[in-house]
Amino acid sequence: MKRKWLSGPYVLWMVVFTLIPLGVVLYFALTDAATGTFTLSNLAKIADYWPIFLRSIWLSIFATLICLVIGYPVAYFIAHCKPTTQRLLQMMIMLPMCISFLLRTLAWVALLDDTGIINNFLTSIGLSPLPLIRNNGAVILGMVYNYLPYMILPLFTVLMKIDPRLVEAAEDLGCNSRQVFARVILPLSVPGIVSGITMVFVPAVSTFYISQKLGSPGTILIGDVIESQFKAAYNPNFGAALSLVLMVLIFVCVGVMNRFTNDDEESMVTL
Amino acid sequence: MKRLFSLLLIAVLLVHALPFSVSAAEETVTINVYNWGQYISDGTDDCIDVIDEFEAAYPNIKVNYMTFDSNESMYTKLKAGGSTFDIIIPSDYMVQKLIEEDMLEQLDFSNIPNYQYIDDSFKNLAFDPGNLYSVPYTWGCVGVIYNTKYVDPADVGSWDLLWNEKYAGKILMFDNPRDAFAIAESKLGYSINTEDSTLLSLAAGELREQKPLVQAYVMDQIFDKMERGEAWIAPYYAGDFLLMVEENPDLDFYFPEEGFNLFVDAICIPRGAEHKEAAETFINFLISPEICAQNLEYLGYSAPSTAAKELMDPDFAANPIAYPDGETLSGGTAFMSLSQRGTQEMDSLWTMVKTADTATTVYLILTVAAIALVIFLWIFFKVRKRNRKARRCAKWKTAQ
Repeated sequence: MKRKWLSGPYVLWMVVFTLIPLGVVLYFALTDAATGTFTLSNLAKIADYWPIFLRSIWLSIFATLICLVIGYPVAYFIAHCKPTTQRLLQMMIMLPMCISFLLRTLAWVALLDDTGIINNFLTSIGLSPLPLIRNNGAVILGMVYNYLPYMILPLFTVLMKIDPRLVEAAEDLGCNSRQVFARVILPLSVPGIVSGITMVFVPAVSTFYISQKLGSPGTILIGDVIESQFKAAYNPNFGAALSLVLMVLIFVCVGVMNRFTNDDEESMVTL
Repeated sequence: MKRLFSLLLIAVLLVHALPFSVSAAEETVTINVYNWGQYISDGTDDCIDVIDEFEAAYPNIKVNYMTFDSNESMYTKLKAGGSTFDIIIPSDYMVQKLIEEDMLEQLDFSNIPNYQYIDDSFKNLAFDPGNLYSVPYTWGCVGVIYNTKYVDPADVGSWDLLWNEKYAGKILMFDNPRDAFAIAESKLGYSINTEDSTLLSLAAGELREQKPLVQAYVMDQIFDKMERGEAWIAPYYAGDFLLMVEENPDLDFYFPEEGFNLFVDAICIPRGAEHKEAAETFINFLISPEICAQNLEYLGYSAPSTAAKELMDPDFAANPIAYPDGETLSGGTAFMSLSQRGTQEMDSLWTMVKTADTATTVYLILTVAAIALVIFLWIFFKVRKRNRKARRCAKWKTAQ
């Protein structure tokens, strides 16, 4: 606690690159594009976009849940491997993250296109091609693929740290394996679940590239709208207003999740 | 110790040598060129590499080449500031807009002697009446590219093909408001330069109707998608069709009967350019008949200079798509710059077209259900917790 100055560089960093830019976003969101005077019209215009907000949130919730369902068993399995295998598997999970995010998404496009690798294979063996791309499913797939490591890693860390003696104690006291999981392992891994959900949901809800490449014009997400405000429409004020609302929505969603699971954890631990 | 000392000495020498070596090269300047994607011959397929040739001819000018994918994104980048460009190549209406907003430098034509080779019909055009700010780079028309393998010849001929439900999901569309609105306006028989609010919103309605059939709103990606057969129908610039057809001979092109946009892209120097003279040298090089001929023969766009045309492969110069006859050209209309209000109205209508959403009831029901579930679970756990506490208290009391 004495060496407070050690956090100085980070505090400076935060102020210069997080707090000040947030202030700029706030300023832009609340001013008029032409005159620079205070206005709420940017925020009022957002009403037209609530369907897109809803869709972005839902697609990311689905993607997050799928990540959790896939990621939990994987993390559990890795946590119970030998340390050498663990390191290897952990590296395998990290490996795709070494390749550019854009490239990975483009690779999916090449796989899923109507004239892509999968459909070319299907037609060559005489089957009819499948509509694999440009729908909600493809967007969710892209999100799951890109953000799955962010779910597995925190889960793995938490599961690793669970004291095996607690499991043994539960077994000694007569729990069957289902009860051991439900009453010991699951409650103790809640912090990992929460941080995993947050780390997948937050980038997924604001993503824009995945939906452009794997989605259709009808599956546009809020990130795409924000991007177009800055890149094509040249309306940074409205773009800032959209980002601001998205940020608040993310805070609310994460807050609800945290509150819910904290509450949960408390009641579970006092079992 | 000795080694360390010599290393230090070398470092000191290097630091001193740096400024000298820069000044020794006699003012090498770097010009920032900002052009459309796929819009200069870059040395592929044994064609001329224009920038390499330029740097060889003028060794003290280096070119830093960057690309944009629509006039609007170029404009945004210029407006946003933070980067300086010495050369930009916008289209006609954007040149006019930039002139109106005083964002271009006047050119010094004494540095651009090759301007004499530009045809008179391409001088003093409506977008730059006194011809003070721009030099034409290319011209061309917008038409429809389609894949003959999948598209029925009976459907071809008008803009209606882009609204044909038979080809749903296989149609591409321009990803910029001006070109997209021009198509809807031509289809409905309006002027492509209209600023009338009712007509603009009717055109937007037409575009919204088309949206479910559209595979994607794209610009340069059209090349890849059309060449691979991922999409079958796309409106695009005639010159680019000539490039695509080399990759995929199944492609064909037509000028829609309702009329189409005829454009001129012009080279300009934006305000704040740091090396205006070098930029003018570059312009002069680009429009010299030899370079212009080789460059545009590769690009497929049409040359605004007869001198260049004469140097081209005669087969190419006679191509009816690159150089349509007068009758076809009479269907073409040039864009005029819209007023600020018109541009803004079109932009916001376009954003609405691209982001409009109808299938929301599902998400609405889901949201309501989710909120209800969260509240229910929350109350459930609260109640359970209280009950447990009560039970424990009761147990404790009885134990006492």
